[in-house]
Parts: sequence; C-alpha cells; structure tokens
Amino acid sequence: MSVDVESILRTVDHELPPFPPKVIMLATGEPMVIRQASRDEIPDILPHVEALIHHDRDFYDVVAARVYSELLGHFKHRYQDQYLLVAQCDGHLAAVVNGRAVDAKTGMSLHTLGLRRGLRAGAHAFAAKMEYHFDQLGHQEVLIVAESPIGFRRWMIEYKLEKRFEIPHELGGCPSWSLTRALFDRARGSLVVGSRPVGKELLAKAMAAILPPTDPPKMAPDFLAATRARYDSTGTAIIARTQK
Amino acid sequence: MRDVYVVGIGITSFTRLDYPLAEIAAYPALQAMQDAGLDKVDHVYVANMGGGRVSNQTALGSAVVDHLCLWPVGAETIENGPASGASAIKTGAMAIASGMMDTVLVTGAERMNEVNSLEATDFVATLAHPMAERIYGVTLPALAGMFTRLYMERYGVTSRHLAMVAIKNHANACLNQFAHVQNKISMDGILDGKDASHNNPVIADPLRFFDICPVSDGGAAVILASAEVAKKLGKPLVKLAGFGQATDTHAVHEREDPTALTAVRLAADKAFKMAKLKPADVDVAELHDAFTILEIAESEEVGFFEKGKGHLALERGETALNGKLPINTSGGLKARGHAVGATGIAQAHEIVLQLRGDAKKRQVKDAKVGFTCNFGGFGNNVVCLAMVRE
Repeated sequence: MSVDVESILRTVDHELPPFPPKVIMLATGEPMVIRQASRDEIPDILPHVEALIHHDRDFYDVVAARVYSELLGHFKHRYQDQYLLVAQCDGHLAAVVNGRAVDAKTGMSLHTLGLRRGLRAGAHAFAAKMEYHFDQLGHQEVLIVAESPIGFRRWMIEYKLEKRFEIPHELGGCPSWSLTRALFDRARGSLVVGSRPVGKELLAKAMAAILPPTDPPKMAPDFLAATRARYDSTGTAIIARTQK
Repeated sequence: MRDVYVVGIGITSFTRLDYPLAEIAAYPALQAMQDAGLDKVDHVYVANMGGGRVSNQTALGSAVVDHLCLWPVGAETIENGPASGASAIKTGAMAIASGMMDTVLVTGAERMNEVNSLEATDFVATLAHPMAERIYGVTLPALAGMFTRLYMERYGVTSRHLAMVAIKNHANACLNQFAHVQNKISMDGILDGKDASHNNPVIADPLRFFDICPVSDGGAAVILASAEVAKKLGKPLVKLAGFGQATDTHAVHEREDPTALTAVRLAADKAFKMAKLKPADVDVAELHDAFTILEIAESEEVGFFEKGKGHLALERGETALNGKLPINTSGGLKARGHAVGATGIAQAHEIVLQLRGDAKKRQVKDAKVGFTCNFGGFGNNVVCLAMVRE
C-alpha cells in the first residue's frame, strides 16, 4: 500500500484573510500598488530575487538568498502560514515583503526586499505588511529583526521597536524586536500612507503580470573596482597601472 | 602671470565607497593623469575636509603621493570646509601661474559614510561659529532653513520653486552615470500628491527632504598645466581663465543682510574680472546647491539674474538643461552628490566635460564658457572658477 509522503511533508496552513490592496504615490509621481501575491505567482517573482543573491552591497545577498528560500519553501508547501505581498509600479516589481502568522496573537516578520531604491518602496511595503498583521490577522505584536543597517534604521529606529531579546527570531536565531499594536498605532499617522480602494485599471494592471523591476539595485558603474581592489592591500594594481 | 589650463580630469561614482580615503583620492587622480597623458606632475594638492576627524587619516597629500608612486613630488592637503575642492584648484592654479610649477595634480576626496548621518551632520556643523552658532545646536540644514524662510518672505520664493530645483537636478543626474541619486522625481510625488508629505517630509523648516543634498563618498581630480605643456599634450584646450575667492563673517547673524551672500558675489566678480568675462557670457554653470535655495540665491549673487529674480528664471526654464543658462547639469550637489572635499573639483570636472563636448546626453550645445561656485561654510568662504574653451 502506497503512503502519501507528500501530505506528511507539507505544512498544515491555516487560511489567512486577504490583504486589501492599497496604492501609494511615490516621489516620482508614479502610483505603486501593494497587493497580496498568490502562491502561483511565486515562480514569476523568484528570478528577480535570484538576481540579487550575488549583489554584495547593503546585505542584499543575504536578504535575497533568504527570500528566495522562503518563497520557494512557500511555493512547495514547506513554510507554515506564510503570506506574501508585492509592490508594483505599472506592473513592474518594486518590493517583495513576506511574513507569517505564528499564532492568533503573534506575527513573525520575515523579509523586506526593495527592488527599487531611494523611493521608500521597501519602507512602504513593510508598513503594508504590518497593517496586514494588525488589521487583518489581528496580531498584538510582530517580531522583527533587521539584517542590514538600513533595515535597522527603518524598523528599529523609525518605529521605535521594543526589545524582546529573550525570544530568538526565526531568522538566524537573532534576538527579536517587537512592533506592538500600540507602537504601530502611533506610527500610522507618519509612516503608514496610501489609500484604498485601488482603482480598477491600476489593480488590473498589477494583477495581470509581475513584470521585471525597472531599476533593480546595481553596483555603481565605476568606483574603484578597476584599480586596487579592497582585497589588494599592497596597492599592486594601482602601481602597475601607474607604471604602464 | 602665466595662463593655466585643465588638461586632465577624473572622477569616481559619488555613492558609498567601501575604500580607504587615500584610495578614493588616488583613483580619480590616476584617471586624470591618464586623461592628460602624463605619468608625473610637479606638485600635488589634495582637497579634503574630514580626513582627520571622520576617516582617521591625516596628511592625505602624502598618502595620495604614495598611492600613486609619485615620490618625491611635493604635496599638501587643502582644507577649506566644503570649498576645499575649488580652494585646492585655485592653489594649484596659482602655482602654475606663478611659474613655480608646470603641472599640478589637484585631487579631492571624502568618505562621509564612515559615520552615520547624524554624526556626519554634526561633523559638517564644526564649520559653524563655535560660540555663536554651534553651541546652540545650529547645523547646516538649520542655517539653510532660516536662510530659506527669510528668502521666501523677502523675495517670494516658495516651496514650489525649491521643488523645481530638485526636480531639475534629479533629472540631470539621471544622465550622469557617476551621480549619487539617479531617480526622477515629480511635483506630484514631492509636493502636490496625497502622499507627498510622507515622501518629502520637513527636515529643517521650510526645507524638506528633497531640498537637501545626500551625504556622499567620492573623489574627483583635475590636472592643471601651463600653456606650453597643455599645447604639447594635444587635448582640447580648456583654460582656467579666472578664479576668485572671498570670505564673510563666520557667524551668519553678524551680516548686515543675512540673505546677501556677499562672499559669493565678490568671489564671482573677481573670477569674471580675471577672466575678462561677464556673467552673460557663461554657457553652463555648476553652483553649490547643498540646499535647493542656494542654487537660486547663488544664481543671483554671481550675476546671472537680478537679486530676488532667480526663482523667476527657474520658472521660465532658463536654468534647465535645454534652457538659456543650464545650471547643475551634473545633477549638482543635490543629486550628483556632495562628497565635501571633492565637490569643488567635481564641479570643475563637469565644466571641463561640457567645454570639451564630452558630456554626452547632458551636453550643453556649443558650450564655450563655464563657471563654478564652491560655497564654504554658510557662505563665509567661497571660491569661483571661470573656464573657457579655446
């Protein structure tokens, strides 16, 4: 008699309520739609995350590698009670955020990956996922860690997070920080922006397809890479070029 | 006095650079030497403001010479706050003009991101008057905020005019691969739209986020040479036809009229006089827009527009890339970035590119005369340069 191993391996997901889409106007003047992405859309997202795994700047490599693994785990039913939100400008991916419900009271923030920089696309998407935790999932607190100094500024400092260092976070076992409902309510006026409902055309464009990011993070074209590399402490390369 | 020419230029990306300060100065220097076709120079000047305090690196001139294997050439570090770059160019130009030197390397660098933005703001504030300003917590954004408020009341400048400067300079920076901020912004996104106040919050009233330059790391270099050397090198001849410098009271409140940037006016007058030029002769300019209001105010003080009318010229599009007098085609400090010690040299770099006709998508048609204004302190030490394509 065959055994359905797959059903044993799969997570037992609870049904999570939908996230009501919202639209935010960026500094460019473009509307950015933030909406829930379904499990089926994950294969369309993964290539854009994968491209950043080797981007050795601002910890994009670590964050992209982890997001890739979390989304793949979600797609293959190996990550319990995960949700995924995407931010899109004219269909093009601008940010990916995910998290999961630990229980009825507690949320676990996983990652925020900005694919368009300098416009707070990631910060807006993070605020949207916190809205989801508090307003749709009914959580009383969300456990958060930052994997980059930018993340630390955005979450720990801007939201004035409380320490929950006695609780290891699911991301690497780091001490957790907590966004409580009270802290989030205080931040709503300044950090949570955007409006609902999203116009039909705008939403339809976002839902139609996840298009590649228009301006993904990239290394500056010509800083010192061509001369003495940071691994060449003797300056041999720069001397060699001088003597050509 | 001998004529001085700019025969080589180099620049790094203005961004966050994870390299030692001396290297950030050496790399554009090497580019500039290659551009000029020189493998040695008579003297080196290195512009920098925060090496000792922020990067724990003093005697930067010696360090750069060593990086470039240029020993035993003489070298100095020039520190004149945010005007260090143009000060170093002026010093180099005087060395050539005097006949003491035939070739001078002037390079500048800053590594501001050694520290966080609060520490960087505090460090830059060390140029304010210690007992009359700094002791009360005054920072450069605070001074600029007060200056802007007064300017608005007196001349009718509005937040919309400031936003127009930011939008223009961001658009220019999108055409500059070395610029720090390459994002187009719009009036809806930063001023008019529903979420604008979030995208563009007030930082130092009435200045908002997009009115203030980023904190950048970066380096830039030029090679100056005598006419005899310049003509031998075969590069397009860009003459440093004039330079001028002026100072003003250390504390802003001691000025008879705080909205008058007298040092800018005097430095510009000297540079134009030396170059035998008038403001109306200028085809392209780089002005020190650490705050958007400064582009407007400096455009008046250097003589491009009447006092109090700079914002009207901006409205008419005269300072846009396709306008009568394009200002800050590089993106300016606002969007190319502000790597303090390198900024004045980066301004000169842009003007040389424009005068050579090498500025690609942001090229100003038939540019023959260029001008820079490098603003130190809060207008208490200013250096202007006038350059001419021969």
